[in-house]
Amino acid sequence: MFYGSGVLRGMLVTLKNMIQSYFCKPEDGGLFTSQYPEKRLPEKERFRNFPFLIYDKEPENLRCVACDICAKECPPKCIYIIRDFDTDGKPLKKPKIFDIDLTVCMNCGICEEACPFDAIYMDHEFEISGRERQGSLLYHKDDLLKSNEHFHKIRPTDAAAIDTRRQEDEAKKQAVKKEPPKPPSTAS
Amino acid sequence: MDQLFVGIKTALLSMLGTFMPDWLVTVHSVLISATGIAIFGPLTMMYLTLIERKVVARMQNRLGPNRVGKFGLLQPVADGIKMLTKEDIVPYKADKLLHLLAPITIVVPALMVFAVLPFGRGMIAADLNVGILYFLAVSSTTTISIFIAGWGSHNKFALLGAMRAVAQMVSYEVPMVLSLVPALMIAGSLSTGAIVAAQAERWFAFTPWGFVAFIIFYLCGVAEVNRSPFDLAEAESEIVAGFHTEYSGMKFALFYMAEFMNTFTISALAATIFLGGWHGPFLPSWFWFLLKTYILIFVMIWFRGTLPRLRIDQLMGLAWKFLLPMALVNVVVAGFWYMSSGVIRTFGSIACLVVAFMVLTALNRPYVPEKREYTFAEN
Repeated sequence: MFYGSGVLRGMLVTLKNMIQSYFCKPEDGGLFTSQYPEKRLPEKERFRNFPFLIYDKEPENLRCVACDICAKECPPKCIYIIRDFDTDGKPLKKPKIFDIDLTVCMNCGICEEACPFDAIYMDHEFEISGRERQGSLLYHKDDLLKSNEHFHKIRPTDAAAIDTRRQEDEAKKQAVKKEPPKPPSTAS
Repeated sequence: MDQLFVGIKTALLSMLGTFMPDWLVTVHSVLISATGIAIFGPLTMMYLTLIERKVVARMQNRLGPNRVGKFGLLQPVADGIKMLTKEDIVPYKADKLLHLLAPITIVVPALMVFAVLPFGRGMIAADLNVGILYFLAVSSTTTISIFIAGWGSHNKFALLGAMRAVAQMVSYEVPMVLSLVPALMIAGSLSTGAIVAAQAERWFAFTPWGFVAFIIFYLCGVAEVNRSPFDLAEAESEIVAGFHTEYSGMKFALFYMAEFMNTFTISALAATIFLGGWHGPFLPSWFWFLLKTYILIFVMIWFRGTLPRLRIDQLMGLAWKFLLPMALVNVVVAGFWYMSSGVIRTFGSIACLVVAFMVLTALNRPYVPEKREYTFAEN
């Protein structure tokens, strides 16, 4: 071809794109951007962003037992947990303070993987913003608590699997409780 | 409709003439034209930014600005407010006077060249008999302003950008002027009005020499206003922002304004000299002029949406090794066209230009070895 024909071919590509952007549907090469605040793409189930604490039915009935595993595993150390104590000074199986600094959180999801009590899961929350640099994005226990129904809504597959597993575990535990513990054998 | 703006001006002047002496009416005539240009220039610039962003966005399958106002029509206003309220930072070691002077001196010539553009039948602010010369002389002073900006900023990127800009603009000035010579030869005048009048029957772009001259002029024009793909002077991937690295706020906006007004005037001049200016059927003459100009501006934006930036040696090579000889050949062809007639005129000119094109491209072909030969390596 002649000198400069590559330029002309390249320009035809952009012109084609421009014309298509007006007259074509996204699948035929048209515009594929969606106008975000007004129109939203459907959320993907596997999307995960920022952890939340899960509770069953009542907010007091949270699954977290303040074992501190997630806080230890958290790579940027954004989780801060203080165990609750009752009036007699006996440690309770729930946190008194459970803070996550979302400005520090890097959405790795390791807390979710580390938690042995199915208490912390990754949310679909991504529209968080604050007016101050410190404080407004430091989420406390009440901000983090979300119900199991919410979990079912955002991640139905995972939630169903976890619920059945928990029920099976519960049933096993009940079965173990019903059987009286075997007395230590006296033979040996 | 055709004489709408001219009519408004005449009506205004005749109204003023009832109570003013003649000399004052003349002063007002100048003032009205100057005001019209001073409003039209920045307004064009504002909306060229929007058009550019929209068109480039569409070429990249995006929507472009659409938040401020309907279709983003108020986006330029928002940009203007932002620019005006931004902090104006002058570098500590900068030459304060030159730093301030550069954005001013770059806008003035960009506005001045509007004076010789024939916007429509009788719609020319000053029909100078050296209109083209005036245009080229005034618009080339932009080079000095750019160098002032680069030097006054006391920044190595700014200076690099300014030096690139000077090298580029001085180089492209030569084929640009030479590409205008055929049109001046045929029209027999340097006045833009006369050149447009000479194209009443046939636009110059529809003759062999005119077509080639148009392409050369247009390419040089794109380089002259520092637009992509010849935007080495403000190559953001290499030298931050080139000569306006150290400018912010309204001073930066003035550079931008000058660049876009130059885009408009270069396109308008190309439309005037080669595309028949305001000639066109049915519609008002100023509409035809603006239509042609905006089509050329669209092509510039199209270039920007398509082409990657040239290397500096490619840029210089294109100007000196291809456009300049081609423009010289074109001058000869225009002379041949003027002296001969009939079929031999058309075919002779076309053949001559095609041969010149082939020879130049063959001579410009970079040396690419068929097979790489290794002297010291084993295999």
